[in-house]
Amino acid sequence: MYTTKNREKVLSINDLSISFDTSSGVVRAIRGVDLTLYKGETLAIVGESGSGKSVTAKAIMGILDKNGCINSGSIEFVYKRKSGDEIKTNLIGMPKKEMRRHINGKRIAMIFQDPMTSLDPTMTIGDQIMEGMQWHYNTPAKEARKRACDLLRLVGIEDVEKRIKNYPHQLSGGMRQRVVIASALACDPEVLICDEPTTALDVTIQAKILELIQDIQKRTGISVIYITHDLGVVAKVADYVSVMYAGKIVEKGTAEEIYFDPRHPYTWGLLSAMPDLDTSDDRLYTIPGSPPNLLRKVTGDAFAPRNRYALKIDDRLEPPMFKISDTHYAATWLLDERAPKVEMPDELRSRIARIQASRQFEKKEELSDEKQSGEDTPA
Amino acid sequence: MKNNQEKTPLLEVSHLKQYFHAGHGYTVRAVDGVSFRIFPGETYGLVGESGSGKSTIGRSIIRLYDPTEGKIIFRGTDISGRLDRNTNNMLRTEIQMIFQDPMASLNPRKRVEDIIAQGLDIHHLSKSKADRNRRVAEMLERVGLAPEHAERYPHQFSGGQRQRVGIARALIMQPKLIIADECISALDVSIQAQVVNLMKDLQEETGCAYLFIAHDLSMIKYISDRIGVLHLGHLVETGTTAEIFQNPIHPYTRSLLSAIPHPNPRTERTRVAEAYDYRAAGMDYNAGKEQLIDGTHTVLATDEELQRWISAPSLSL
Repeated sequence: MYTTKNREKVLSINDLSISFDTSSGVVRAIRGVDLTLYKGETLAIVGESGSGKSVTAKAIMGILDKNGCINSGSIEFVYKRKSGDEIKTNLIGMPKKEMRRHINGKRIAMIFQDPMTSLDPTMTIGDQIMEGMQWHYNTPAKEARKRACDLLRLVGIEDVEKRIKNYPHQLSGGMRQRVVIASALACDPEVLICDEPTTALDVTIQAKILELIQDIQKRTGISVIYITHDLGVVAKVADYVSVMYAGKIVEKGTAEEIYFDPRHPYTWGLLSAMPDLDTSDDRLYTIPGSPPNLLRKVTGDAFAPRNRYALKIDDRLEPPMFKISDTHYAATWLLDERAPKVEMPDELRSRIARIQASRQFEKKEELSDEKQSGEDTPA
Repeated sequence: MKNNQEKTPLLEVSHLKQYFHAGHGYTVRAVDGVSFRIFPGETYGLVGESGSGKSTIGRSIIRLYDPTEGKIIFRGTDISGRLDRNTNNMLRTEIQMIFQDPMASLNPRKRVEDIIAQGLDIHHLSKSKADRNRRVAEMLERVGLAPEHAERYPHQFSGGQRQRVGIARALIMQPKLIIADECISALDVSIQAQVVNLMKDLQEETGCAYLFIAHDLSMIKYISDRIGVLHLGHLVETGTTAEIFQNPIHPYTRSLLSAIPHPNPRTERTRVAEAYDYRAAGMDYNAGKEQLIDGTHTVLATDEELQRWISAPSLSL
């Protein structure tokens, strides 16, 4: 799954920085973000609220708020025209009209957090799914309706012929989010951005939606950017994980590297803070304090005030991305060769060991699973 | 918290029904015959999907709704019928509530000091202005905020801090029971852990009991001594945390447990959560009765269903 050969870049963000003019000053929401999304893969962006993950997604879609200002960077998007020739464009600086005509909904689609506010209450769900096809491709109504039915079936809605005439308020929360996913898929986009699609939903429905996204990806080969604040959620869908903090990416790697070999203290914190069914500790690990106020200029490492392993240099200089493996990078001075050796907290180490042990148990049961995912890492 | 059986319960809810008339002769049976007990100093967790009636139960207990049927007995006093002045005062001081959305539940036009002290003001519990200030400052420190914060307004705080204000407001009345209605759902994961730890510490200090309402089973496991699983207004399974997690019997409980995402990318990719569909399973909760499994572990089932569920293979978590 993680072979570097034959991977086609779909979207690459280079050194993006965005600030917002607010009444209380300039907020530097994104401070130099690099991301690459390859065809058919899922990239998860994980971070607390205010870390800039949604702003990144909005920048890709060109739907930043009016007071937002892109200071530097580029977002390169590669797509194929119907005729077959490959087009490479920079989404930043593209006129809004052109963006609407060629990109939004047609080639990059987005699913928002709250399914109630992203559906139009005055239109039937069928019309909403058809709208995009008719607008972008002038699909005849009959054909569009047929495709809408197929899409609803794809997202697991039964009794489609009847449902298609329903209004959003007649559906439950989980159903509505399925409809949103169906309408996002209507124009066969290359990239699907899911911005916390399950936060407003129940756990059981969350599991179903995640399985659905996974299944759709298998069938259509779409590339997905999955944004969440909960590392626990994305283990199912993510191939690659980028951890964001205060407008910067602090660690990125394959899902296995992030879950089993995290290097940044913030990732340690995120992983430890998540309750897990096997631990019997009395207290949950917490990351002390709260995220920095980006109204102020950040000098040094933004995470240093909350980091119990912080070094002196963290107050003065921002750490660069240290390379751990070809796919795994982390921005912390602890990885510098002059830094004192710091290991991850013991509780986290034992938890990871336990998770890996449980996996060996399952290996016996599911040999087929082994073939798919176990090639590159010895157990 | 062991040996609860010998203690007298702090709160006893029996056969609580809460119906809402939705018009056109249509009645929503939000809570349909739920019974459980909470003992002093323990945490009882209520889980279930949205619409299962878990919040309704909390709101019925604190009398934001008038229960349709059933009895709620708090410290030996019936609080489900008409309330006289004394009972009402007791109910309003000794049971407190923490709400889900910390922004919506704090009055934006009041300073934090006045929000926290509002209960004291209403019940005339502070002797003097100095006493009031002292108690507010003490409370702020206890929940991990600085006394200087008393002068500020809710919008000047982050989500986690606001929820701390909500907790301070509940605790200043020195309640015996706190109803925490999804009080951590709106917070970030790292902040959730801070608030849960704080609530645990405060329970140790003050000995108050919690009715902890949530839809997230992994968090509830951390804080609860006993758990009740609600579905469609029925309490389908209840027992100690260990009993529920090690031996879930009811298919709905099993589906909830299997829906918890695991932080393991290798196994998680192929794992499929157990599905449960009440209608498709052809079940009728009204036909079932409470069946004792062992200890305090009970399941709502008919005899035939219970046999089938017990023989089902155990859930691999």
